[in-house]
Amino acid sequence: MKQDELLNIVTDNAVFGGAYNIRVNGKLFDRKTNENVDIVSKEGASGIDIFIKDGTVGQTIGIPVVLTSGDIQEVVLNDFHIGKNCDVTIIAGCGIDNCSSCTSQHDGVHTFYVGQNSKVKYIERHYGHGEGSGQKVMNPETVINMEKDSKMEMITTQLEGVDSTVRKTTAHLADGANLVITEKVLTTGEQKATSIFDVDLDGKNSKAKLSSRVVAKDNSYQDFYSDVKGNNDCYAHIECDAIIVNNAKVGSTPKIVANHPDASLVHEATIGKIAGEQLLKLLSLGLDEKEAEDAIIQGFLK
Amino acid sequence: MLKLQDVCYSAMGKQILKDINLTFSDEIIVITGANGAGKSTLAKIIMGILKPTSGKIFYNDQDITDFSITERAKMGIAFAFQQPVKFKGLKVLDILRLSSSEKGKSLSTYLSDVGLCAKEYLTRELSGELSGGELKRIEIASVLARKCPITIFDEPEAGIDLWSFSNLVQTFKNFQNQVKGTMILISHQEKMIEIADTIIVMKEGKVEKVGKNHEILPTLSIKSCKGCGGNR
Repeated sequence: MKQDELLNIVTDNAVFGGAYNIRVNGKLFDRKTNENVDIVSKEGASGIDIFIKDGTVGQTIGIPVVLTSGDIQEVVLNDFHIGKNCDVTIIAGCGIDNCSSCTSQHDGVHTFYVGQNSKVKYIERHYGHGEGSGQKVMNPETVINMEKDSKMEMITTQLEGVDSTVRKTTAHLADGANLVITEKVLTTGEQKATSIFDVDLDGKNSKAKLSSRVVAKDNSYQDFYSDVKGNNDCYAHIECDAIIVNNAKVGSTPKIVANHPDASLVHEATIGKIAGEQLLKLLSLGLDEKEAEDAIIQGFLK
Repeated sequence: MLKLQDVCYSAMGKQILKDINLTFSDEIIVITGANGAGKSTLAKIIMGILKPTSGKIFYNDQDITDFSITERAKMGIAFAFQQPVKFKGLKVLDILRLSSSEKGKSLSTYLSDVGLCAKEYLTRELSGELSGGELKRIEIASVLARKCPITIFDEPEAGIDLWSFSNLVQTFKNFQNQVKGTMILISHQEKMIEIADTIIVMKEGKVEKVGKNHEILPTLSIKSCKGCGGNR
């Protein structure tokens, strides 16, 4: 698969109107900055610092990573310093095309410092491709620090082709901060995926909504862990929905802890096959079983 | 033309349908009767959701008894479920697109036909975020959009408020004028029964009465019929 093709999949063909930093095969490929967004390479470590000035509004910043050859293992630390009163979209993600017999692995640690009253939309997509026996491994870690009255929406999607992943997200929310995380993961074959969410609602009136929708097919295995702590007058809703197909297995281990009398925390989890009545409805529209199953799964992960 | 010949259906040792012989023409047919009479079972057998224990089903003289749901749907049989189905992730527009090859504005008209504003509903998810009544109307819209020669609605009035119900009756009339196919309505509601060309009354798994509207309607004691939900 060509580098451009992989980039387009990972970024969903997004056009970066603001700044960007494209990393290919462990090295900087291209970078653009502007008067509001500066990107600086870290010294002594792989990764970048992204500085977004106070009041930056309407910019889309891209930081995609692609690996197009086997036997690359990298750990990248990217820190986002988002000023006050910003409203920006950040598109990240990683694509691995590995046709070799060696493992390709990208571990990315993204740390966000979201300034007071700022709004961030963070979109992250992961995709693996390649017929080689080499594993395609991605371990994204996201650390979110939200200041007073900030908002962050994180949409993270594992499209397909990732053999092994541990996806870890931790967050600390100050007064009035609002965090919405939507995770969608597809595993097939013998793939394994683990998602870990560790959220502290420290501030008064802080809110978190965490929604995980996963599909596990064939012999794949997925595990979901959430640990949400209400440390103040706050609200959190955690929802984990999983569809299992064939012999796949899915586990969900929720933990919600109210450390404050006014904390309100909700957890819901549903794991099961595609509902029979859903299939019947789509069959009655003229779809065959395969088409119906695909439509349900695609909709679920869309 | 749809024909049921000696259709019987049993489940868990209980006979639910007994020797059903019916012929459906291109008109509005209302199947009514008390709860448990076998109306919904009959509808599901026509759609292929249930297989008859014995008997045959013919569509335009072709034996379709062993045809799958998909095959029947492709032949032009449509079915609106009594309990609308929820889908996490699928949007109203998605289900309309799966129902019809029409696009854009045309699909919106099916929502307005059931009293829903397309602008407000097309991007909504078919999940718990919609009320039972809204889901029911979308279920009906998805079947109207198919414009099939045979269309079955299983208790379309269930969960629909009175004001919308009156409009729904008119929608069915309009649809029939346009498509001129076989419309089968399973219903207890007097207003729905009134628009029938032919009325079939079922009782304890059998066809008790069948005839033209003017023959059957005067014989129905909806007011006193337990389970018919009449409000005369």
